[in-house]
Amino acid sequence: MESVIEQIINGLRTGSIYALIALGYTMVYGIAKMINFAHGDIIMVGAYSLYVFISLLHIPVILSILLSILVCALLGITMEKVAYKPLRNAPPLAVLITAIGMSFLLQSLALLIFKANPIPFKSIIKLAPVKIGSITIAGISIITFLVTTLIMIFLTLFIRYTKAGRAMRAVSEDRQAAELMGIDVNRTISMVFAIGSALGAVAGILYVCQYQTLQPTLGALPGIKAFVAAVFGGIGSVPGAMLGGILLGVIESISKAYISSELADAIVFSVLVLVLLLKPSGLLGKNRIEKV
Amino acid sequence: MSRRFKRVISLLSVISLMVASMTGCGTKETSGNSNTFKIGGLGPLTGSAASYGNSVKNGADIAIEEINAAGGVKVGDKQMTLELKFEDDEASPDIALTAYNAVMDWGAEAIIGCVTSDACLAIKESTYKDGILMLTPSGSASGCTEYDNGFRLCFTDPLQGVTMADLANELGYQKIAIIYNNSSDYSTGIMEAFREEVEKNGGEIVACEAFVDGANDFNTQLTKIKGTDAQVIFVPAYYNDASYITTQAAELGITLPYLGSDGWDGVLAQLTDPSVAEGAIFLSPFFAADEDEAVSSFVKKYEEKFSATPDQFAADGYDSVYVIAAALEKAGTTDSAQIISAMTQITVNGITGSVSFTKEGEPNKGARFIEIKDGAYSAR
Repeated sequence: MESVIEQIINGLRTGSIYALIALGYTMVYGIAKMINFAHGDIIMVGAYSLYVFISLLHIPVILSILLSILVCALLGITMEKVAYKPLRNAPPLAVLITAIGMSFLLQSLALLIFKANPIPFKSIIKLAPVKIGSITIAGISIITFLVTTLIMIFLTLFIRYTKAGRAMRAVSEDRQAAELMGIDVNRTISMVFAIGSALGAVAGILYVCQYQTLQPTLGALPGIKAFVAAVFGGIGSVPGAMLGGILLGVIESISKAYISSELADAIVFSVLVLVLLLKPSGLLGKNRIEKV
Repeated sequence: MSRRFKRVISLLSVISLMVASMTGCGTKETSGNSNTFKIGGLGPLTGSAASYGNSVKNGADIAIEEINAAGGVKVGDKQMTLELKFEDDEASPDIALTAYNAVMDWGAEAIIGCVTSDACLAIKESTYKDGILMLTPSGSASGCTEYDNGFRLCFTDPLQGVTMADLANELGYQKIAIIYNNSSDYSTGIMEAFREEVEKNGGEIVACEAFVDGANDFNTQLTKIKGTDAQVIFVPAYYNDASYITTQAAELGITLPYLGSDGWDGVLAQLTDPSVAEGAIFLSPFFAADEDEAVSSFVKKYEEKFSATPDQFAADGYDSVYVIAAALEKAGTTDSAQIISAMTQITVNGITGSVSFTKEGEPNKGARFIEIKDGAYSAR
């Protein structure tokens, strides 16, 4: 029984990281109607920035974290301005290819600068494991839960109650109408990219503290899993991304533990297919009827 | 007019390139008559197993320098110097073949490599067809030496598994958990032999958990092991996996000791906190703090040149060059078939111990264990 609980905790932890990344996918999709496949690599940039600030430049931890988040947010804005904005009225396929290109560009840059060898990185989280009865919860798990929960609460409040959040919702609802109402669409889109990438940076920081190794490809797999989580929860829906991410993590952990570690990914994707068959717009996605 | 002129120019340049590449092929034939013997090296210089390949390359470089400084190898009635070209195979089967073709185009007359098993298995067929000596310093999968031209310097996977199982028995571990990579022949090969030998010894495998290449989250497997009454965790895997496993186990509050395979060599450099691997024991034919004169002289040269302590892979690379030199001298010719048949007639007293080879391409040499003590490697 304890081991079931521990496996669920493991799943919750990886799931919360997926959820953080999935938020980036889903927010960008909601507003720009595109899948930003380079989002996974923003995580990698976040992780490497942290490494550069802490291990190479010896900047204090808190400042390094803030700087890494800033680097990613700026990268997100630049990426949108340079690569995606010129294609705003282009066919979706062109945007998709550009996004994949951006992903390769970021990975190759990291490969050039930091080389392929994995770099060990000592976790900045030094919280001792907590024992409840015979259950041990690692310090990193606790921090991950805390950080993701706080971020999700703030994000929900931000989207619901601030002017900027309202603008985001309006643009995602109907871009033209929002523009007519005097909302600066360009600024709103930039802001969404900045927030999404900043969340990616937080995910990257948590990820590197968890696994303590840096590789140029470290963002690829969590990026794809988080994309699946976003679709699973209903792409475009913020609570959907949170739910999707966490569920995905738990399903993955449980199937790895009790069914087969080799089949875990296959099971995760089968669940996705099943959900999409029954509910094509994802768990919390809105079923919009396209008017012709 | 100018456009046509450009076309002519580009056509000419293409032709001249082709001619140049053909003359490149032509010179390859004559290189056999020169006084250098070309050795092609293959191993991962980048990627997750990069530490192995770089070590082999560095070790081999030192051996080549030593041999050439001493006047080279006496082949028949002339002295030949050795030359090594080391190509990166990224420990990947596909890239290994490309790298192999690259060293063959350069004119390699013997191959040291590959460094990892999966890459070895990918090139063995081609080396057999080309009839060239393939000596793997560290490819331990049993299939690596399938053909007559294939030899290995290290222990085989099954032998490692059996040796480690006997050690577990000797240390009194009866209930054993295993974490292995089931997408790697190396890891699976060791695991199977280990499991069989443990059962023969009357022990019990209480958990046998798998992972796949590139996995970095072992929490699920470790949590499962934590729920058993295992006394020790056996991890037949590469150092990178071992570093993730030991770090994550410590976070989960697992304090069990580890047994490992020779892929563990290099794990300390990858760990941010070496204490998580304290007490781990793994197999290794080479130990840098050995007092043997040949070993300490090698270690000194290595440290001077690369400012790092050599690991077993560096030693394997070093010995591989000496083995090829010995076979070359014994054969008295650069003919590949003769060098290959000379391999079974030589005994080389190397820094990984005295080694001779069987007809099947397997080495005869003894096993040694390394224990991680106080955050450093020590002989056991």
